[in-house]
Amino acid sequence: MTPPSAPQVKMQSLYCPNCGGGVELRGFANTLTVVCRHCASILDTGTPTVRIIGQFQTAQIRKPIIELGARGKFDNTTYEIIGFQVRSDEHEEWEWAEYVLFNPFKGFLYLTEYNGHWNLVRPVRAIPASASSGARPAVIWQGRTHRHFQSAVAKTLFVLGEFPWRVAVGEKVRVDDYTCPPYVLSAEHTGSETTWSEGEYYDGCRIWQAFGLQGAPPSARGIYVNQPAPTESSREVLRLCAILELALIVMALFFYVTDRHETVLKETRQFVQSSTGEASYVTPPFELKGRTSNVQVRTETDVDNHWVYFNYALINSDNGHAYDFGREVSYYYGRDSDGSWSEGGRNDTVTIPSVPSGRYYLRVEPEGDPGTPPVTYTVTLRRDIPNGTFFVLAALLLPVPAIIVWWRRYKYEYSRWQESDYASGGGDD
Amino acid sequence: MSKPSGNCPSCGAPVQFRFSSSVQTTCEYCRSIVVRTDVDIQQVGKVADLPANSSPIQIGTEGVFNDKPFVVAGRIIYEYVQGNWNEWRLVFNDGVNGWLSDAQLEYDISFQVGGTLPLPGPAEIEPGQTLSFHGKQYEVTSITRARYRGVEGELPFQYWDKTVTPFADLRTGAGDFGTLDYSEHPPLLFLGQVVDFDSLRLTNLRSFEGWS
Repeated sequence: MTPPSAPQVKMQSLYCPNCGGGVELRGFANTLTVVCRHCASILDTGTPTVRIIGQFQTAQIRKPIIELGARGKFDNTTYEIIGFQVRSDEHEEWEWAEYVLFNPFKGFLYLTEYNGHWNLVRPVRAIPASASSGARPAVIWQGRTHRHFQSAVAKTLFVLGEFPWRVAVGEKVRVDDYTCPPYVLSAEHTGSETTWSEGEYYDGCRIWQAFGLQGAPPSARGIYVNQPAPTESSREVLRLCAILELALIVMALFFYVTDRHETVLKETRQFVQSSTGEASYVTPPFELKGRTSNVQVRTETDVDNHWVYFNYALINSDNGHAYDFGREVSYYYGRDSDGSWSEGGRNDTVTIPSVPSGRYYLRVEPEGDPGTPPVTYTVTLRRDIPNGTFFVLAALLLPVPAIIVWWRRYKYEYSRWQESDYASGGGDD
Repeated sequence: MSKPSGNCPSCGAPVQFRFSSSVQTTCEYCRSIVVRTDVDIQQVGKVADLPANSSPIQIGTEGVFNDKPFVVAGRIIYEYVQGNWNEWRLVFNDGVNGWLSDAQLEYDISFQVGGTLPLPGPAEIEPGQTLSFHGKQYEVTSITRARYRGVEGELPFQYWDKTVTPFADLRTGAGDFGTLDYSEHPPLLFLGQVVDFDSLRLTNLRSFEGWS
């Protein structure tokens, strides 16, 4: 035998003792305070005879951004906005809005809104453990360390709708906020009691989505206490940089190991400035093997206080294609009043990029001033030399985006903490 | 064991105790409070009009806690400065009694702790104080002066005509919950847990206009 089920709980309505207007109670018997929507009298519904507990809200009328009665989905549960209040700091310099969300089975949640930043606030029914983070107080909740952000007074300025507590306009409570984005833990101190709640940052779009609202939410200004830094994108940038850097190292190693470093020609000659015709000659043909890659031409001389200019042509003997280039080697030295000096050098190296494989020969034509003493020189041709410059440059440039991301993040945290009780310290001490 | 029954000493309507551990119930017709003794059932008082309360729970609601099914058999309703709250008396399928507290839709389940634990008196307790029970550190989070407002259904002890009683709420960092009830001397200790509404898988709840 089960006792008969109690009848459905009906929406109650009452008449405002001030203006006689009808007032509905959406929060059923959970509502302790209701504001008459006709005359704005604040009514106490917690006693059998409804009492007026406040009549003149000195502050100007504030309009909620989301209307009372709107229903939205949070934590897979439908909640209805039944109350709205505006609170401010002690000096009424900045104010924020709080919405009371109600479900007849699950109870109450709250939404706060400040400059377009939203938080879904859930009551915390345990005592977060005290800790410290550096010199700052902190609390540990759900395994997260929340750092103390600010201690402030919250003053009730304006109320609308229903509340599950007895509202007193002008009432002040002390609030401590502890941040761990996207969460903020708040402790409200009334008398000797402390009530904890946990706020979770929501951007306006998520709120609009939850309530199925049309249009766009007001855009957020500034950085909020527990607004998450745009970590997702910055993490991706950092990850990409790390992957590319690693790929670069692997590539450098690969080329270092696989490059042929092959000496294909080594010719030593003497250049004698003479009247008897040209000093030019062509080398015996040689083979450039493997993939299209670079060729390094090194010229080593014993030039001494003179210069020699080398006209080179690397010529493909199969198709006649020629790579023409000239290199000057000059080396001067001496002593003057400042001591010894020197200029230039005896050797020269040049790299010709992207030379296809094939049979080649080198034409060499040295030139010099008349009167240049004989110069012995060696020309060395090497195939497929690893070129470190590209890798070094790339390795230096790659971390740049990572540094930019880190710097942005640092500035973001700095701006956040500039609003806290620890403004001068920045966010990373 | 046969379920004791009889007639209401006040109005003569049938009165039944559905749970063997119940010693008190209210007459469904005249709201007399009746207690049973070894020989008969006696009227000890009358319930005044209960304050408006919209708990979704009612006598007959069933649910599960720690994998054990329970049924709601009775309640005590208290009033304090911030409204009222219910202590729903639960009977588990193994006969154990528990309490499901619904304070403006915040729910806790607790069990009376017997024995001879040393408990602070009503004058010796204040918020912020730490008490240790069964190896756990409980903090006194609030002291509420509550007024007994009435009873309904079956209770495992006699409970009526109370006046203003202090209650101390106890909590830990891990969601443990406790109450020190100073309606008797020595005080009664209840220990349990903060519970999530969904986790109780409650059935036979009340329904609400405008909510399906």
